[in-house]
Amino acid sequence: MRRQLPILIVFVSGVFMVIQYFIPHESFEFIYEYAMDWIIIIGIFAMLLGLWSLTRASVSKVQAKAPGWGFSVMTLVGLATMLFLGFYKGNKSIAEGTFFMDLFWYIYTPIQATMFSLLAFYIASAAYRSFRVRTVLATILLVTALIIMLRLIPLGPISGVNQWLASWILTVPNMAAKRAIWIGVGLGATATALKIIFGIERAYMGKD
Amino acid sequence: MKKTKAVLFSILIILFFFNLSFPQENLSPPPPTEVRASDTQNDNGHSITITWKLSGDDGAGKKNVVAYEILRSELPTGEFVVRGMVPAGNNTYQDRGAKEKEDKNYFPPHKDFYYKVRAKTLNSYSESEVAGPAQAYGEWFHLGKLPVFVGTLAFTIMVLAFISLARKGKEFYVRPLAGIDAVDDAIGRATEMGRPILYILGLGSAADIATIASFTILNRIAKKTAEHKTKIIVPCNDPIVMSVAQETVKAGYLDAGRPDMYKEENIFYLTSMQFAYVAAVNGIMLREQTATNFYLGKFYAESLILAETGSVAGSIQISGTDEIAQIPFFVAATDFTLIGEELYAASAYLGREPLLLGALKAQDLAKAIVMISLASGAVAASFHLDFFLRLFTVQM
Amino acid sequence: MNFYERLMQLDRRWIYLGVAIAVTIPVLAPFKVPVYITPEAKAVYEFVENTKPGEIIFLAIDYDPNAMAELHPMARTIMRQSFSRGIRLIISALSQNGPGMAEQLISQISKEYNKKNGVDYVYLGYKPYPGITILAMGQNFRIPFPTDYYGTPLDSLPMMDGVRNYDDVKGIISIVAGNIAEYWINYANGRYKAKVFFGVTGVMTADYYPFLQSGQLFGLLGGLKGASEYERLAKQEGVATEGMSIQTVAHLVVIAFIVVGNIGFFMSKKKKR
Repeated sequence: MRRQLPILIVFVSGVFMVIQYFIPHESFEFIYEYAMDWIIIIGIFAMLLGLWSLTRASVSKVQAKAPGWGFSVMTLVGLATMLFLGFYKGNKSIAEGTFFMDLFWYIYTPIQATMFSLLAFYIASAAYRSFRVRTVLATILLVTALIIMLRLIPLGPISGVNQWLASWILTVPNMAAKRAIWIGVGLGATATALKIIFGIERAYMGKD
Repeated sequence: MKKTKAVLFSILIILFFFNLSFPQENLSPPPPTEVRASDTQNDNGHSITITWKLSGDDGAGKKNVVAYEILRSELPTGEFVVRGMVPAGNNTYQDRGAKEKEDKNYFPPHKDFYYKVRAKTLNSYSESEVAGPAQAYGEWFHLGKLPVFVGTLAFTIMVLAFISLARKGKEFYVRPLAGIDAVDDAIGRATEMGRPILYILGLGSAADIATIASFTILNRIAKKTAEHKTKIIVPCNDPIVMSVAQETVKAGYLDAGRPDMYKEENIFYLTSMQFAYVAAVNGIMLREQTATNFYLGKFYAESLILAETGSVAGSIQISGTDEIAQIPFFVAATDFTLIGEELYAASAYLGREPLLLGALKAQDLAKAIVMISLASGAVAASFHLDFFLRLFTVQM
Repeated sequence: MNFYERLMQLDRRWIYLGVAIAVTIPVLAPFKVPVYITPEAKAVYEFVENTKPGEIIFLAIDYDPNAMAELHPMARTIMRQSFSRGIRLIISALSQNGPGMAEQLISQISKEYNKKNGVDYVYLGYKPYPGITILAMGQNFRIPFPTDYYGTPLDSLPMMDGVRNYDDVKGIISIVAGNIAEYWINYANGRYKAKVFFGVTGVMTADYYPFLQSGQLFGLLGGLKGASEYERLAKQEGVATEGMSIQTVAHLVVIAFIVVGNIGFFMSKKKKR
């Protein structure tokens, strides 16, 4: 029964969600909206689980003085500080000029932007390593990448030709390839969903 | 006095005849005709659609109609209130309302309503005949989505049919996937080097198909790592994903007969913030010196940061995502990449279970049907064979 | 290892140094770069230009501070253009870390144009699960947002009188980084037939061309280039236009490294023969 019940719940909910897509009547709409509200509620409670997991992992690293335990101390301090400041003034914490928002704007935001900026350097090193004319396909990849990159650069008389070519690449072969991948992804996603609904794929449920 | 009266009378006569010779221009436009009010199709039952034939002065004649007002009443002779307005040239309007009774714009279903359409110029208007009664009601099947329904049903039947064939022992050929073939070697490498394996489920939620596909792969990889006695680290971006990942890895260890080796603290939640998560994972990669990194799931801008850092750490990297924008980054920076649906197929490849391979073959057949439909559609569109194109038209 | 093999296996730190120098030079010695205006960027601009004063546009600021560099100039320019034309805005921020950033932008620009909250614009704020929120707003904005960001009931805001859902706005412009974009297309356009325009990061741009062609999307601003195109069209040249010179130089450096790597590759192969 412990195995059958979750499979039954998955089957009933899965079939219902498929059917409700085709039934516009408001009685089905009501059940769908009710289910969506529950997803939000479960998500919020799951956040508590996540907080517990992160705290436990960080504390055990600090206690065991595992390599990099200093980072775990920073994690716990940051977590506690933001939680406290957020709850301290409630809704007003996010008003302009509060310490909470100062930490957000002057510590969190620059760190986020810095991490995102790493992409500029990593793109250069990844392009340097991988754009080699090893095979015909690699050459086509390289030439296409160059045309797309060059559309941002003023090239004088050949700018117009390059812009047209780049536009054509984006709107014709790029679109064709994306559509082909999407069709495959759509069918794969449907098959995976069917396998889960019919209980064929049960790895996510764990075992007793 | 008599003379004054005579002059005034003469003026009145002149004005009267003047008017007869030059009659006053009638400013009202011809009213809209053939007004029809009916339930809006394929909706939840709180809307009526009104259509009409354009006024004679809309786009023709005097060309002075600027808009149409749509009026509604509960009785044919009752008070009509304006429900909406559309610019000239339009001959359809959807009168919609809220479904909540408490809402001041509540639109009751199964109630008679009567409609009139008013053609307006800048300084006059004319009204149509009253149309109705019309009632709004919800449909039990969205006819506009019929092609989707037929397609879903056909695909479901195909999947079940191939699974049934697989159960009867039919063997299916699947082309080799380099990324999948490399999994065993990658795990073996980690075991030989005595370094852990890092498995990233991506930034999707537990409801995303890519994450669900990743769970099934994680289960099989966890089983292999248990057999090899290699540590696996699974940092998670979502608390629900973490809970499912813990169960998945535990099941893998149970399948391998090594439940005692399972350590819950190796599957943990980090943060839901994208770049904070990436920073933490990068730190884990560099400190733990992971030998093998798996990136399987939904990824966004952080994909290249993860892959390049893994490259710096000297890890062998196998990636897979259905996010098309990130596939080029993984192709450039990781050793093996599963593109799009190959991620969903991976669990079938790893387990080689007949049921899963059967579902894979159903996908192949469906793809063949889609390709034939695309080619036929291109031909039909070129020769204006509208009936064929209408078979595939979906109205949301 | 000979010279060409070294060229082929350059330490990545040299590449990082090269990129760092490349992005610093245009900051110290700025120059202007001509920008080609794409039809899809023009479509977004013309939509706002053709919206009459008093009409409402829904502006969705669906990105986090990490995408600010590319997307903030778009949001800023669109807001300025709208306010200068007397267009009213309903603004939401469905990305988790976006609300505070969006609120700062709105306060700054509304002060410039003397616009009042509740009369000239309404800021709805953030709600989790963007897909569900976008779906619910198609029925009524009040379902996910009974109050605005500041806690005022929507029904008590003068601007929201008679404004129920997407039918009552001219169109939706979503400035977005991430998967929230799919929900606008699937739900707002797919289900409710709202006119949707996007401003997305550079890496996402190629993904949305199919939707332009199929008519599900009515305009597209792509990355910093898209932002600079819009600034040019709106005659509000700012950060994005300045950034184009830095982007140009960075691209040239990347191309140079690719060429260097391939020279090393070819010459090493030749030497081995």
